[in-house]
Amino acid sequence: MIWIQHDPVIDSGHILLKSLFFYPVLKKQIRKNITGRAMTESTISDILQFMFMGIQRGCIYALAAIGFNMIYNATGIINFAQGEFVVIGGLMMVTLTMTWNLPIPLAFLLTTAFVTLIGIAMERFTINPVKHPTVLRLIIITIAVSIIIKGAAMCFWGKNSHFMRHFSSAETLDFYGATILPQTIWIIGILLFIVAGYIFFFNYTMTGKCMRACAINRDAARLAGINDRKMVMLSFALSAGIGAIAGIIITPIIQMDYARGALLGIKGFGAAVLGGLGNSMGAIIAGVLIGVLEALAAGYISSHYMDAIALIILLLVLFVRPSGLFGSSEAMRLKEF
Amino acid sequence: MKIKDYIGIGILIIVIAAMPDLVGNDYYLGVLIFTAFNCLTCTGLCLLMGYTGQISIGHGAFIAIGAYSSAILTTKLGWSPWTAMGCGVLLAAITAVIVGIPTMRLKGHYLAMATLGFASIVHIVSVAAVDVTGGPSGISGIPRLQIFGFALNSDTRNFYFSWGVVVVGLYLAVNLIHSRVGRGLQAIHGSEDAASSLGVNIAVDKIKILVLSAIYASISGSLYAHYVLYIDPGPFDIMHSVLLVTMVAVGGLHNIWGAITGAVLLSLLPEFLSFLSEYLQGIGIRYQTDYDTLIYGSILLLIMLFLPEGLFEGLSRSLKSISGFRGKLAGRSSERAD
Amino acid sequence: MQTNILKLDCLRKTFGGVVAVDDLSLSFNKGEVTSLIGPNGAGKTTVFNLITGFLKPTSGKINFNDTELNHKKPHVIAAMGIGRTFQNVQVFSNMTVLENVMVGRHLRSRSGMFFSSILPPMLRGEEKRIRSSAKERLALLGLDQYADVPAGSLPLGNQRMLEIARALALEPTLLFLDEPASGLNARETVVMGRLIQKIKSMNITVVLVEHDMELVMDISDKVAVINFGKLIAEGTPNEVQLNPDVINAYLGT
Repeated sequence: MIWIQHDPVIDSGHILLKSLFFYPVLKKQIRKNITGRAMTESTISDILQFMFMGIQRGCIYALAAIGFNMIYNATGIINFAQGEFVVIGGLMMVTLTMTWNLPIPLAFLLTTAFVTLIGIAMERFTINPVKHPTVLRLIIITIAVSIIIKGAAMCFWGKNSHFMRHFSSAETLDFYGATILPQTIWIIGILLFIVAGYIFFFNYTMTGKCMRACAINRDAARLAGINDRKMVMLSFALSAGIGAIAGIIITPIIQMDYARGALLGIKGFGAAVLGGLGNSMGAIIAGVLIGVLEALAAGYISSHYMDAIALIILLLVLFVRPSGLFGSSEAMRLKEF
Repeated sequence: MKIKDYIGIGILIIVIAAMPDLVGNDYYLGVLIFTAFNCLTCTGLCLLMGYTGQISIGHGAFIAIGAYSSAILTTKLGWSPWTAMGCGVLLAAITAVIVGIPTMRLKGHYLAMATLGFASIVHIVSVAAVDVTGGPSGISGIPRLQIFGFALNSDTRNFYFSWGVVVVGLYLAVNLIHSRVGRGLQAIHGSEDAASSLGVNIAVDKIKILVLSAIYASISGSLYAHYVLYIDPGPFDIMHSVLLVTMVAVGGLHNIWGAITGAVLLSLLPEFLSFLSEYLQGIGIRYQTDYDTLIYGSILLLIMLFLPEGLFEGLSRSLKSISGFRGKLAGRSSERAD
Repeated sequence: MQTNILKLDCLRKTFGGVVAVDDLSLSFNKGEVTSLIGPNGAGKTTVFNLITGFLKPTSGKINFNDTELNHKKPHVIAAMGIGRTFQNVQVFSNMTVLENVMVGRHLRSRSGMFFSSILPPMLRGEEKRIRSSAKERLALLGLDQYADVPAGSLPLGNQRMLEIARALALEPTLLFLDEPASGLNARETVVMGRLIQKIKSMNITVVLVEHDMELVMDISDKVAVINFGKLIAEGTPNEVQLNPDVINAYLGT
């Protein structure tokens, strides 16, 4: 019998849901503040517009962060190829839908399966065979894999960015004075769906519980009869799959190219650290937060510095509170990182 | 064993002295000058990664700080190149202290991500701060270096000067490794707990070595600016930082000569690949420079999987076992009590 | 009257809800060998880690020669003359045996980064002193024939010896040995016992955590028994062996 710790953080996933449902209430408060400060109606819709932009990007960082966490929990290493999974997912989807003209749901499944296989191959051929792993060596190996994936992507898809059609119409919808793309709704919906799947998998399936047990104490899990090598492979598979989905859903908006992986990866890591490394629900909130801050910075400071925002947040968190917003500092010190 | 390193430096000096006559072609001399800049950065990076066991994927940023300090201060404020270089070193050192603070608070490899993030910030700023850095179009008209009125205005002179700096940098690094401080650093790599139980101040020593390696990178950046006479953000992106890590890792993490080997080999690799592509074209295979990235990655992966101690150690070990003359190469087995 | 070199006063350490060290008060006499014994998980290594600065106490005081050690960093505590070894040996496997011991001289030498790299001849004298005193320590522990061997390739018994040699190079007045005999065979354990007595004769106070009762009873001047982080008995080996609480703790009720 495996003893599973009650994890309050996984339950706190509902906070995200709540904040979305109570959106009108928030809006009323914003209006109240604004009338006090004599701001115009257009400012609200501006802010709202930036919020939408931020949330749609933030969802991607959140998904990348979940990918980081899965592998970190299972192996204690940071997978520097995480951003490349997102890129390959996006580019593969472009080929399947735009060149081969496959219907989107089928292309979605095929792409996710393909990238998942890449993740499994990465674990089997580069992580599993290492007999005396040191953290330094494993980090460099994941860097090597990321260079290889990037190089391969450049060979197959070239250096230009690729356009992909939206899941449904590309017409914007009007929403309280701001516009929202249907694709954004798809992104938020799919993120929520993944979160639900995540909670279900880790709380209600045997395999998920085994993975959590491995993350908490690998030796004890092995003694309880869990095949920890298999769990490592599974973590790579899942994290690659989630990365692929992130790439698939964002590509219609940002137009994917081969070189985006590194930056997407660091921003995802920023979200993972801000949420508390290893804590996936924290990562989702942090990812959305970073996306929104980024969009606000693009709107009110300069779009040139937009990409720097996530990185500055990452460095600040590392300076001030390395355990992140939702991690405990005691647990942090015990981790081997 | 220190003797062995000094002999190595001696051999390097002889090779450097003979090189311009052997090459006799300004293009390849230029390639070798860039190789020298990479060697200098990798020497510092090896002290940090190989000896202290801390990984930085942001040394491209320290190079950029050196290069931009030199470029901006000489062209816009008309300072002397040497003062500008000094300012670059100072700035790089200060930023290294700031970036290194997370490592004081945390165990190990957060530095990897902190430096990677920092490198991207520096790159973004170098592109976006058009008023200061010239943005994507860069800064041109950087003056050449002059040593006591002797201008470095030919490739041969630049070659000797930049490799001279590499030799000095290597000499300092070798001395450091075999000193009390160097042993402390290696102890940190071996076991942080044991090192601190023996009185090594691990937090401060890690910062110190990060600062030293940032200074090496910054000088290499300044030399780059004064050689090329024009800089733009292109060469300072994340990929260059990753490439530096690759050089050190491919050559051999735990040996300063490994870092030099890796820097030389990977700096010359594009030239080798272009030779290869001509040859392949001859037999009907089309090779494009686009494949270079793939080849870098594959080399790094193969080395890390099958020869984790790097090419230098791997080669010298296999040479030893083939020849059987362990003593001749090692030069220290006489000390070894068998 | 014996003088105390180290005194623990109501020392307490909790990890989350788990109390690892529970208001422990204990003193160690100068020049003696004191053993901390107790069942697995009793908190012995935690006590070591608290004293040597690797963990911060939740409450309580640690006094070493009337200086408070609480909240001091491990390297500062080492500089005060407190050496230690580790339960799971931590030799610097990337360095040679001699270099390992030379790291132990870190605090007894002072050359900095600047002079080490720029003017090494100036420091030749100091280097020589470091090397010769490191060699002395190796000879003392019978490791001199391995001086230039990579430390990671030594067998476990020799690695434990090397750790002690390294800690002795620090010239400590107080030495903590964490299970020095674990993983050693009977012959090696006897050698270790003799070695600990030799260290005691060098006027170094020794505190050890050990499970090998024969060794403990043989060499200790004083034995302290800990269970669930609490002190349950204290005294000479003979007194402790006859204490009913100790027998209970070891054999269960």
